[in-house]
Amino acid sequence: MNPLRAIGKAFIGFLASTGRITVFAATSVSHCVRPPFYYRLIGRQMIDIGYYSLPVVGLTTLFAGMVLALQSYTGFARFSAEGAIPSVVVLSITRELGPVLAGLMIAGRIGASMAAELGTMRVTEQIDALETLSTNPYKYLIAPRLIAGITMLPLLVFVGDIIGVFGGYVVSVYKLGFNASAYLQNTWTFLEPLDVVSGLVKAAAFGFLVSLMGCYHGYSSRGGAQGVGAATTNAVVSASILILVTNYIITEMFFAQ
Amino acid sequence: MSDTPKIRMRGVKKRFGPKVVLDGFDLTVMPQESVVIIGGSGSGKSVSLKCVIGLITPDEGTVEIDGVDVATLSTGEREEVNSRIGMLFQNAALFDSLPVWENVAFGLIQGKKMPRKKAYDVAIEKLSQVGLGTDVAVLSPAELSGGMRKRVGLARAIAGDPDIIFFDEPTTGLDPIMGHVIDNLIVQCVREVGATALSITHDMASARRISNQVAMLYKGKNIWQGDTATIDESGNDYVDQFINGSAEGPIEMELLKP
Repeated sequence: MNPLRAIGKAFIGFLASTGRITVFAATSVSHCVRPPFYYRLIGRQMIDIGYYSLPVVGLTTLFAGMVLALQSYTGFARFSAEGAIPSVVVLSITRELGPVLAGLMIAGRIGASMAAELGTMRVTEQIDALETLSTNPYKYLIAPRLIAGITMLPLLVFVGDIIGVFGGYVVSVYKLGFNASAYLQNTWTFLEPLDVVSGLVKAAAFGFLVSLMGCYHGYSSRGGAQGVGAATTNAVVSASILILVTNYIITEMFFAQ
Repeated sequence: MSDTPKIRMRGVKKRFGPKVVLDGFDLTVMPQESVVIIGGSGSGKSVSLKCVIGLITPDEGTVEIDGVDVATLSTGEREEVNSRIGMLFQNAALFDSLPVWENVAFGLIQGKKMPRKKAYDVAIEKLSQVGLGTDVAVLSPAELSGGMRKRVGLARAIAGDPDIIFFDEPTTGLDPIMGHVIDNLIVQCVREVGATALSITHDMASARRISNQVAMLYKGKNIWQGDTATIDESGNDYVDQFINGSAEGPIEMELLKP
């Protein structure tokens, strides 16, 4: 095949996919804000995304904070700048590592699960069955997951931030010999509300993207078990890439000089 | 009986990429008739059914339910039409996350906003109609055999006392005895509800049991429609070959074409 033709075909395919995802997102969001609302399903998704993801997000941010303190110490000690470690830990965790790591972990845990569940429902005609039972699949399946993703990820990241800072505190105080009260004071002194807020805004955006990609790829899956497997992979990969891209865009919005 | 057909498809065309599946398909189903569409695998039977239900939009042609072109309906109106239909899917399509009774009562709770307690009672009644006891009501669909899943699917299809019931390959994957049992249940339930039935199958024994009209779909067209009792004297070579399951005939010749 002519290479230019292959590139053109891939580009048109990319545009078509982007268009389909945009239409899917617009339809889904419109169903999120219009009644009826399935409160029971929203609650179930919130528990699944929020409560059951807490251990994995907590562990991730705990060790991220611990490693960050340790690495910063080995680097900063060369310049006698150990005193900057509390602020480096808290700013890195709240602005970047908390939301990004939590987003990536949720993409793996929840995005994959959503794609697999909806994909299986699609290939076993359960989504078709919903329509024949006068139930809009966007309202019943997609909207609760989107709402839960957008609301739960900021909460998870907020808790993750605290755990991550605590991880840095533990390593700094009990391993590196920092004074506990001085460490905490430095942490608070350099932390501004915008640092936390920007992380929570990122978390809400990542929650939306993870849920959207999981739902889109699951809802659109075709072709039996293989199709469901491909949908699951695509959901995690696309959500992860979008998280990294969106992270840069939001960082630009908040902190570009 | 009303003169307005319950279902009418006129000149319905549907293609997927280069493959033409329906090519001017016509079908008329009168109220309280039970019509079966027969045809080979991949002939477009499921597509024709999904065009009526609204799961697939035809490229051309019209689909009317009670004389109303469903393409002109708003989402709300379409949902209202769907609330008057029931569907038994090929593999029952039960919701894995819900117990059996909630599967049966799903349309009542979500579509008709019936209180859960009342919907539970209706579900138990419908399950008993298809020969299943209250002990099954609390089971998960994963715990059911193929025959039981079909019965639950049938109970769900008739739960809302629908005007029209669709059956997609109702006996596929079942042993002959269970297939016969399901057919008898279908006939009994359709009669009790007083519904119009449209089924698709390639199981001729099943088609003869559950229908009073048969239509044959071939190459995207309805090539024959008539009383089930007269199908053996259809005079159509394609129908004769299909109902006799003969390897020789016009259909074989078409299949052998390069």
